[in-house]
Amino acid sequence: MPGITREEVAHLARLARLELSAEELDHFAGQLDDIIGAVARVSDVAAQDVPPTSHPLPLTNVMRPDEVRQGLTPAQALAGAPAQEQQRFKVPQILGEE
Amino acid sequence: MTVTELVSYEDALASYDPVMGLEVHVELGTKTKMFCGCATTLGADPNAQTCPTCLGLPGALPVVNAVGVESAVRIGLALHCEIAEWCRFARKNYFYPDMPKNFQTSQYDEPIAFDGYLDVQLSDGEVFRVGIERAHMEEDTGKSTHVGGATGRIHGASHSLLDYNRAGIPLIEIVTRPIEGAGERAPEVARAYVAELRELIRSLGVSEARMEMGQMRCDVNLSLRPHGREKFGTRSETKNVNSLRSVERAVRFEVQRHAAVLDEGGTIVQETRHFHEENGTTTSGRVKEEAEDYRYFPEPDLVPVAPSREWVEELRAGLPELPLTRRNRLREEWGISAHEMQSALNAGAVELIVATVTAGAEPAAARKWWMGELARRANEQGVELAALPITPEQVARVTALVAEGALNDKLARQAIEGVLAGEGDPDAVVEKRGLRIVSDEGALGKAVDEAIEANAAVADKVRSGKVAAAGALVGAVMKATRGQADAARAKELILERLGVEG
Repeated sequence: MPGITREEVAHLARLARLELSAEELDHFAGQLDDIIGAVARVSDVAAQDVPPTSHPLPLTNVMRPDEVRQGLTPAQALAGAPAQEQQRFKVPQILGEE
Repeated sequence: MTVTELVSYEDALASYDPVMGLEVHVELGTKTKMFCGCATTLGADPNAQTCPTCLGLPGALPVVNAVGVESAVRIGLALHCEIAEWCRFARKNYFYPDMPKNFQTSQYDEPIAFDGYLDVQLSDGEVFRVGIERAHMEEDTGKSTHVGGATGRIHGASHSLLDYNRAGIPLIEIVTRPIEGAGERAPEVARAYVAELRELIRSLGVSEARMEMGQMRCDVNLSLRPHGREKFGTRSETKNVNSLRSVERAVRFEVQRHAAVLDEGGTIVQETRHFHEENGTTTSGRVKEEAEDYRYFPEPDLVPVAPSREWVEELRAGLPELPLTRRNRLREEWGISAHEMQSALNAGAVELIVATVTAGAEPAAARKWWMGELARRANEQGVELAALPITPEQVARVTALVAEGALNDKLARQAIEGVLAGEGDPDAVVEKRGLRIVSDEGALGKAVDEAIEANAAVADKVRSGKVAAAGALVGAVMKATRGQADAARAKELILERLGVEG
């Protein structure tokens, strides 16, 4: 029983907007399955008393006061934009013709 | 797109039972964004309120806004929710240019508030309890402008322009449990729920919740099931229904549309739909992505939020009286019906009446002026009642002048007219316009004598015992004094002069 199927990899690729060829799907499905298998071994050593963790530091409630901090100017914000128009980021057509 | 003849609302309800779910997004009124210190000022230049964090630039790290968390807890408490002892943010992954990070920071299976309810009152006073499943923290998206299409819509656009000033502004999403049992009143319940939630949010001072400004937005989930069946039907989700009236219309339209599809033996597609303000209809949007397609996972750049019980209790103790409780208390104090209170609420008059009463007016008098003369003028000018250039204190002064007999209603209306025209406070207007009731015996007595002399026949009738005829003489006095006479005192004087007991 593999950790991830070829179909699941194809689905994830679609969600991630990655175009993968049939060969690439075969290739990555095998590799990802190996990776998942390796990571899954953590579960073998983690007993009930080890809670799942999503952050390496045992911190909670790190908050910031609601005070304005100087951000970027519009020119700075747009500096890395491949295209701009009317001081806005210009992006290609979102929906194709239907 | 299939075109189906709608079923009449009555026929739809005869066959089916509607079940609703309402998701309301409230934009908090914090000074800064949820995860960075960018300003949230309305009307700023495009992309003038951004930083590496809200633009999703590499290496930028988010830190949560303390007021955002506090507001979420207070909203949760006001909705009678449990507050999580420990919860995390999660990434909701999707590719769409309104979020430069390619994910929205939200909460998934650990909302900060859950399991509550909100009581809403319908126009006839019936109270309907709406269960709250959860309220969670997240962030708003950027604003897209679609260029090249005929109507500014995304369909047919050649490209789109993005302003990220709004990206990252704190949102609280409040999700109801399935609302069952509303029956034919489903549209009314939906509207009343959103209206009550808006009042609640405003009373907490966490947002102005102005729907026309997009500060509060509603998604309407609706499904139908045949009467007697427990299992829910397939639902549609109508997005961005952004006024109270639209909420009501969207529910009504979807009930009729679903019934039409089901009557023909069709199946409802689980999809998002767009609501059209101009004609109250909905049209098909995209087929809803499955929840797992968002690949939620805990946000590794933010640490968990763990509101201490002491803090939660402190916030609970500081909650204001809930709007419905307060309205019911005021309703009793003012001695009015649920329907009358509803009218005052709809007219935006409740707070104005409260302030006028606080300034010393009798509730009945305060309500009379705000809901009568002033509502009429606001309506004429097409402005909110609160936007009229008259203060509750000034209205209270007018009612005081009426109460002490210095003004009658007609003169009071003129005094109000003067205040609205910028002639100053009520006393100044009364002074300048000479509005005081004529009740000094000299001037009034003269007017009475003249009225009797000019109407000898009527005076004789009164002398012979027809006291009711005195009304004509009072009328003559009022006319002679251009309405400024104290009518009651004039009548007393007339009867006295004519030797008749009142």
